[in-house]
Amino acid sequence: MRNAELIAEAGKIVDVAGKDAPLTVRGLTVSYGNKPAVFSVDASIPAGSMTAIIGPNGAGKSTFLKGALGVVPRLSGEVRIFGKPFHEARDRVAYVPQRASVDWDFPARVIDVVLMGLYGSVGLFRLWRARHREQAMACLDRVGMADFADRQIGQLSGGQQQRVFLARALAQNAEFYLLDEPFAGVDAATERAIVSVLKDLKSEGRTVVCVHHDLSTVPEYFDRVLLINVRRIAEGPVETTFTAENLQETYGGRLAATHIDELRLA
Amino acid sequence: MSFLDYFISALLLQAGYNSALVAVGAGLLGLSAGSAGAFIFLRKRALVSDAISHATLPGVGLAFMIMVAFGSDGRWLPGLIIGSAISSAIGLILVEWITRKTRLTEDAAIGAVLSVFFGFGIVLLTIIQTMSSGRQAGLENFLLGSTAGMLISEATTIAVAGALAAAFVFLLRRPMTLVAFDPEYAATTGVNVRNIDLAMMGLALIVTVIGLKIVGLILIVALLIIPPVTARFWTNQVGPMIGISALVGGISGYIGAVLSAAEASIPTGPIIVLVAFGFFMISALFSPLRGALASALRHQRFQRRVHRRQGLLALSRREPIYDGLTLRILRRSGMIRRDGVATLRGRTASEKASRDEARWAMARRILPDDSAIERYDGLTPIERMMTSDQIAEIDRMLAEKQGASA
Repeated sequence: MRNAELIAEAGKIVDVAGKDAPLTVRGLTVSYGNKPAVFSVDASIPAGSMTAIIGPNGAGKSTFLKGALGVVPRLSGEVRIFGKPFHEARDRVAYVPQRASVDWDFPARVIDVVLMGLYGSVGLFRLWRARHREQAMACLDRVGMADFADRQIGQLSGGQQQRVFLARALAQNAEFYLLDEPFAGVDAATERAIVSVLKDLKSEGRTVVCVHHDLSTVPEYFDRVLLINVRRIAEGPVETTFTAENLQETYGGRLAATHIDELRLA
Repeated sequence: MSFLDYFISALLLQAGYNSALVAVGAGLLGLSAGSAGAFIFLRKRALVSDAISHATLPGVGLAFMIMVAFGSDGRWLPGLIIGSAISSAIGLILVEWITRKTRLTEDAAIGAVLSVFFGFGIVLLTIIQTMSSGRQAGLENFLLGSTAGMLISEATTIAVAGALAAAFVFLLRRPMTLVAFDPEYAATTGVNVRNIDLAMMGLALIVTVIGLKIVGLILIVALLIIPPVTARFWTNQVGPMIGISALVGGISGYIGAVLSAAEASIPTGPIIVLVAFGFFMISALFSPLRGALASALRHQRFQRRVHRRQGLLALSRREPIYDGLTLRILRRSGMIRRDGVATLRGRTASEKASRDEARWAMARRILPDDSAIERYDGLTPIERMMTSDQIAEIDRMLAEKQGASA
C-alpha cells in the first residue's frame, strides 16, 4: 500500500521539462525551526537552460537550492535530478556554495581547493598525479586564475575567491551546475569572467541554475527565471515570465514601481 | 647518576627497556593526538574533545568497581580503557543530542556535560578510596597522568593504538579536509558529513582513552590542540600541517615521558603539555611564515615601501613632503639631500615612479581583465608584473594620448 502510493507519487513527477530533466521539484518544503523558509515549491529545469532564481532577501532562494541538493533536510517534497534521486545522480551535479559560507583562513592554496573538485574521481587512497594537477590548472585558467595557483586562499579578494569556487566546480566536469549567489559582492572583471564561463557551459549543452540578486542583469545573463518568495511565484522563459506583474508579486512593496520601469522587462 | 645524565641516557633509549618503551608509547600517543587534533582544530571542534576527555572519569571509576566486584584486579588497563570509552561516548552523544534537540548552543552543552560527568567521576573515585581494595588503586593518576610503574603490556597497548589512530587519520584525510573546509559542498559530493564528524570525534575519543594513563584526562585536550595550533604557524597547506602537528605531538610526548621518568615526582601529563607549549611559543614568535616577529618585520618593510613610493610621487609632482618617516627613508636611500632637494638619483627614481603610475592607469583601461592588474599591490615595479610587449603597448597608447591632448 505504502509502496504503491510512492510509485504513484513518483509517476506524477513527469513534467513539461521531461522525465529526465536536470531538476524536477515537487512540493518542496524546508523549514528552520517551525517557520517554513521554502513552502511547497514546484520547479522543473529543462536541460541546456540557464535559470536565475530570484526573489527578495530571506525569500528562501538559497534554501531552495540546498533543499533540492539535500544539504539541508527537507520537511516534505520530492526532488529528482535527471529523473533519479540525488544520490544516484550526484556525479552529474556540481554545486557552488556561497563564498561567505567558508573560513578563507583555512590552510590551503588555490590549487588545493580546485583539487577538492577531483576528490570524487580520484578516490580515497590514490595520490595526486600530474594529470590531476593539469586538470585543476586548466579549470583555473578558464576562470582567469592560473597565475594564482600557489597563493594562500586567505590572500584572495572576494571576486577571486568566487572564481576559485567556480573552478572547483568545473573540475567536477558535471552536466548540471547550481550556483548560490555567484555574483554577490564581486568586482566587474570577475562578473564578466564568471558570466562568460557560464555561457560556455550552456553552449556545451550543460544546465546552469544561479541564485541571483541583480534584477538588471537577468535578461542579459539568463534565459529562464524562477521567482520565489517562500512560495513559487512563477517559472518560465525570461520573455514571458520576467514581467513587472510577476516581480511586483514576488517583491511586494519592497520593489518600487520606478525601479521596475528601469528594467528591460518583457 | 645526575638528572641530566639520566635525561640524556633516557632520551637515547639507554635508560632501560621499560622506560624506553614508555617513551616510545608516549611518542606514538602524541603522534596520533597531533594528527587527529589537526582536523578537530580545522573543524573548530576543539572544545568538544574537552567534554570527551572529562566524560571518561565515571567510566574509569565504574570499570574499576565492576572489575573488583568480579574479584579481579581493578587496575587492568584494557578494562579501564573500555569503561572510559563507553562513558565518554555517552558524553559525546549527549553533547550532540543537546545541541540538536534543544535550543542550547554547543558551548553550553559542552560545559554542562563536562562538569556533570567530571563531578560524577570524582564522587566515584572518592567512594573507591573508601573501599577495602581501593587504597592502592592509584586511580587519581588518571587525572594528570603517570608513567611510574607502568607495565610493558600497558605501554605496548598505548603504542599500538596510537599508531593505529594515526593511520586512520591518514586514510580519512581527504573527506575530513573537505568537511572541515566546506561541509555544504562536501555533502553534495557524496561525503556523509555526519559520519565524518563522528569519525573525527571518535578519533579524539580513542586518543583520549589511550592517553589517560600517560597524560591524564584533564590535560589530554592540550595534546589535541597545541600541536595543530603550533603547526599552523609553519604552513599554509593541510598535508604539511598534519605532518608537523603529528611531529610536534610525537616529540612532546617522547621528551615529556623521558623528563618525567627522570624526575618521578612530577606527573607526566603536565610535563608533556609544557614541552608542547615550548614548541608553540617558539613557533608563535619565530615562524617565518606566520610568526609574530616575521609579521611585524613584513609590516614594517611594507610600510617603508609605501612611504618611499609616496615620497617619490610627491617629488615628481614637486609637492613638499612633511611626513618625518618619508623624509628619513628618502634621505637614507640618497633620493634627497639633507635640505630636502632631490638628488639626481632621486629625480630619476621619481620620474620612473610617476611614469609607472601613468602606465598602470592606462593598463587598467586597456587590459582590465589582465591578472597583473589584480595582483598589483601598488608598489612592485611594473617590469616584474607585465611582459615587455605589454609595457611597450601601454607606452604606445600613452604617447598617443599625449599627442592627442597636445
